[in-house]
Amino acid sequence: MSVVYILWLREVKKYLRSRVQIVASLGSPLMYLGVLGFGLGPVFQRAGEGKYLQFMAPGVIGMTVLFTAMFSGIAMLWDRQFGFLKETLVAPVPRLLIMIGRTLGGATVAVLQGTLIFVVTLIAGFRPVSLLAVPLAFLVIGLIAVIFSALATAIGSSLKEMQGFQMVMNFLVMPTFFLSGAIYPLEGLPRVLGALTRVDPLTYGVDGVRGLLTGRTHFGVAVDVAVLLGVGVLFVVFGAWRFSKIEA
Amino acid sequence: MSDRPIIRVQHVVKSFGKVTAVNDVTFDVWAGEIFAFLGPNGAGKTTTIKMLTTLLRPTTGSLELDGLDPAADQTEVRKRFGVVFQDPSLDSDLTAWENMDIHGVLYHVPRQARRERSETLLRMFELWERRDDLVKTFSGGMKRRLEIARGLLHTPKVLFLDEPTLGLDPQSRNQMWTHVRNLNQAERVTVFLTTHYMDEADRVADRIAVIDHGRIVAMGSSGELKQHTGTDSLEAAFLTLTGTTIRDESATAADQLRQVSRVWRR
Repeated sequence: MSVVYILWLREVKKYLRSRVQIVASLGSPLMYLGVLGFGLGPVFQRAGEGKYLQFMAPGVIGMTVLFTAMFSGIAMLWDRQFGFLKETLVAPVPRLLIMIGRTLGGATVAVLQGTLIFVVTLIAGFRPVSLLAVPLAFLVIGLIAVIFSALATAIGSSLKEMQGFQMVMNFLVMPTFFLSGAIYPLEGLPRVLGALTRVDPLTYGVDGVRGLLTGRTHFGVAVDVAVLLGVGVLFVVFGAWRFSKIEA
Repeated sequence: MSDRPIIRVQHVVKSFGKVTAVNDVTFDVWAGEIFAFLGPNGAGKTTTIKMLTTLLRPTTGSLELDGLDPAADQTEVRKRFGVVFQDPSLDSDLTAWENMDIHGVLYHVPRQARRERSETLLRMFELWERRDDLVKTFSGGMKRRLEIARGLLHTPKVLFLDEPTLGLDPQSRNQMWTHVRNLNQAERVTVFLTTHYMDEADRVADRIAVIDHGRIVAMGSSGELKQHTGTDSLEAAFLTLTGTTIRDESATAADQLRQVSRVWRR
């Protein structure tokens, strides 16, 4: 237990110390929120869908969690060759505990970053319909964070070269975001796009957060949480398995 | 020195696909000695260390560390050695003290012992005054010293040092070896090191194994190697044994990454 704790603490400490990184990583969510949020707002309103900011704020929170969690796993690639990871790989501790400590740490950092963006959306004018639902929404955010931290661990354990990073960004992270319904409603999509959104775990994450914070949901919060839990278990097992296979 | 080897390697072969990195290597290391693997890059030094430190399994042959098989008894073997890898494995966003502390937790060193021993080691390696500074503010030599101190925290029987002086200036290199010899005396820890600097092997090691193209071509004290080859320097002995001077072999993917990292860290 102390092993999981100390590795978790390490990730959180590092995050809290990296002020520059915190500010820098607010950049793209702020851009989406500002440019898309206010840019598409009038069209959205005219289409009779209400306030766009209200719609997309949960999506931007989801995006932040996705990016932060994925990045922490990809940083592992570097860490493996030039960093601390090797130290943990030769320690007399089961790899599973190391993987859990790292993944929970990465997930916590993603939630913290998501919280920061949540505050920013509040400042921008986003209003949750019920304050009581906010803690519940954060449970869903936590699930999203664990899912993508575990996935990132799996990827970080499997890739050998830094070049793979670009691939992951272009072919996994960006599609995951764009297909998630973070920035457009899921209703009335063309069939192929609709099907793709349904295999994207982030879709259920964003839908769950949106459901809890604004009352607007496509699948229903219960379905969202069930899917997230299932995918979460799957990804953690997959991540742990890939992590156990690392040869330094 | 005791009468049984702490490390025993017998007919070990390690192949990666078609490439044979280590080709039928056999040697013993005795408890308490400083044993050096001397050879060029790509000779198989690091691969041998990775097998002994449980990170790779041999293709064929057997390895033993303190009577245990690193491939089978990973956890038990890991408690018995400390290792300083060729590439840094510190967390540079944490302080020296935090790096020591995490290591202590990973190796189940009780809190009190962890604190006492961390202090002793940090003082020994002249890092005590800087214990609360982030590692990224340290010089190359300080980082390497911290890694060695950390590797000793759980009182291992064997300390592996893979090219510990690579990239250090001559003064830091000197200092490093003085430290290594002192701790070998003070802690009675067996030191297994690799280097491609002749003078270092000559100066610090009790016994040297010359390794080239995955094979051990000669083994003995520096004096024995010179006598055996009828030469008066280890460098000349190496030339006689391998037919070449020490050289850099083709770069691997890791070497390329390493280049990038050196540029980045400036």
